Amino acid sequence: MENRPLEYDYTVAKLFMYNAIFVGVAGMLAGVVLAWQMAFPQFNYILGMDLAEYTNFGRLRAIHTDSVIYGFVLSAVWSAWYYIGQRVLKVSMAESKFLMFIGKAHFWIYMAASVVIVIGLQLGITSSKEYSEFEWPIDLGIVVVWVLWGISIFGLIGIRREKTLYISIWYFIATFLAVAMLHIFNNAEMPTFIISGGIGNWYHSVSLYAGTNDALVQWWFGHNAVAFVLTTPIVAMSYYFLPKESGQAVYSYKMSLLGFWGLMFVYIWAGGHHLLFSTVPDWMQTMGSVFSVVLILPSWGSAINMMLTMKGEWQQVAASPLIKFMVMATTFYMFSTLEGPIQAIKSVNALAHFTDWIIGHVHDGALGWVGFMVIGALFHMAPRMFKREIYSKSLMNTQFWIQTLGVILYFTSMWIAGITQGMMWRAYDEFGNLAYSFIDSVVALHPYYIIRAVGGTLYLIGMFMFAYNMYKTMTSSRVVEENELQNATPMGA
Amino acid sequence: MFHWLEKNPFFFAVAVFVVIAFAGLVEILPNFAQASRPIVGAKPYSTLELTGRLVYIKNNCNGCHSQLIRPFKSETDRYGSYSKSGEYAYDRPFLWGSKRTGPDLMRVGNYRTTDWHENHMRDPEEVVPGSIMPKYPWLFKNIADVDTAYAEQLTIKQLFAVPYNKPLPTADGSTQTVALADSLDGAHASALEEAKVVVADMKDQAVKDAVAAGKIPEIVALIAYLNRLK
Repeated sequence: MENRPLEYDYTVAKLFMYNAIFVGVAGMLAGVVLAWQMAFPQFNYILGMDLAEYTNFGRLRAIHTDSVIYGFVLSAVWSAWYYIGQRVLKVSMAESKFLMFIGKAHFWIYMAASVVIVIGLQLGITSSKEYSEFEWPIDLGIVVVWVLWGISIFGLIGIRREKTLYISIWYFIATFLAVAMLHIFNNAEMPTFIISGGIGNWYHSVSLYAGTNDALVQWWFGHNAVAFVLTTPIVAMSYYFLPKESGQAVYSYKMSLLGFWGLMFVYIWAGGHHLLFSTVPDWMQTMGSVFSVVLILPSWGSAINMMLTMKGEWQQVAASPLIKFMVMATTFYMFSTLEGPIQAIKSVNALAHFTDWIIGHVHDGALGWVGFMVIGALFHMAPRMFKREIYSKSLMNTQFWIQTLGVILYFTSMWIAGITQGMMWRAYDEFGNLAYSFIDSVVALHPYYIIRAVGGTLYLIGMFMFAYNMYKTMTSSRVVEENELQNATPMGA
Repeated sequence: MFHWLEKNPFFFAVAVFVVIAFAGLVEILPNFAQASRPIVGAKPYSTLELTGRLVYIKNNCNGCHSQLIRPFKSETDRYGSYSKSGEYAYDRPFLWGSKRTGPDLMRVGNYRTTDWHENHMRDPEEVVPGSIMPKYPWLFKNIADVDTAYAEQLTIKQLFAVPYNKPLPTADGSTQTVALADSLDGAHASALEEAKVVVADMKDQAVKDAVAAGKIPEIVALIAYLNRLK
């Protein structure tokens, strides 16, 4: 009895996986529409002028960012949590009816909130704060979802058999705590309907903070939402899935420690780099800048730890498209966490801020690091959840190369666009007048906006291939035995 | 110590929380009281201006336009004097933006007119050849939500002591007062008075008729807001 292997229960993990795939495709489709809108404004009226109010860039932008961050990535993170959690804590969800109920409630309330969010954003209901556009009723809903996840984490930890928490669990705990703190403080908003005694829209609210303070709290949130939604849980994934898939032990425990505690301490400080040359006090800007550069240490600590985990096994990168995704993700992580600090240096930021270079940076991180790691994680989990091999290895390979090309087109075009913009805004002619009007800089970017849209479209095509491959994997590929699922994921041709 | 923490989830979580909360305490709190003080000349938004600000937010204008002029010559030459913290004292939320797909708007009221905005919102390409800004025809049809703006005014007056109906100092030594009506009907009436000033410079007959009939299209409120950005 004692020696029988645990039967893990992936019910909730599967639900989140379906949603991650669906929203991944939908959210990136919105992104591609936005990219074409910037190249050709006619795409703002894609469903006709009468519906342009709902399809224009302004309305779609938040739907794109929020659905990719909180739909695609968070669903994948939670799918990974409900998968990894059981395995590293050596306990099955099936052992606790309570935790199973919490997990399902977590999923369905999250889904309900997501639907309301998308409809609301389409209608223009927004608090204007980037990545935190939701009005107070939704913010309360998010608290409920988050608390349910917290119960799931600490509940599963509470009944664990393996006493030592694996590295991935550290990162999940950090994600939970940090986002809870950030969300509550950034969304401290006063409902006007209640306070004014029933006047106006019931869902409208006004920020507790004004002006510079509001900006400070928002970017403390904005920067660290990137840290704790798009970085820490993704690192949690890479610490579990890369060693599993490659059959290699994590290279160094001490580097894991440095990476984790260093990231925890340093990341939060760096938010000030979004506010350089603004009206927040100079010392805060300098702190933001300095800590952004220090941030290279823990980021690269984790990344190098991942890379060295592959030591002596590099032939796997050539052999397996799944390892390709994970190693390329880590490469983009190193790339992106070097680029970010460079942009946070004051003199560079003077040029880069407000330009498309920032958009390029966001996307080499989001598409290259987060997207690839998530895709790798879902490809690794699906065969183990559904007891079937990956439907097609060659399709996965093609997807990898198409998407890699897409990312490269995206960030190279946005680098050129951003630096062009920044240089044109500051250029003077020989008489001491500004050399260009603003519209000159817009017109100059047209070719780069087209290249970027092509890059984004390629990545989206890859997402469709991914969705198809996953669908076939779940439904009709060859059934495999448990012993085929030890390390390298079995794949059909 | 780390091995011990990794076996004790509660203390592990506490340790993580202390480490991540630390920076927020040091960085954010000290500035709070100081940064929120208004500069001389700053004034709260009138009912119609605030209504227009809500239209600005609803259409995510801040997604493409900043309201933050950095202290560089190339920026002050282009947009006017650089931003001061106290100028934002009545901005809830702040609308600095993070991207300039279009130009900064912090002081757009200094160099653009009602007439310009009307033509530009209807067809940006026609006013600025090469522009990639979409057309905003619905602003001419939708009726602006004065109620919500008024509710917001009441809220900020009550909670944050925003000085409505109080004389405020200006740069030339005189004072100015931003009135806040004491009833919803009063708020509508004062917003309509403001709207009449704006539509006097507009051409669109349907918009003029709407205001004459006591309704305020979103475009009128938005232009009132843009005109006050100085």
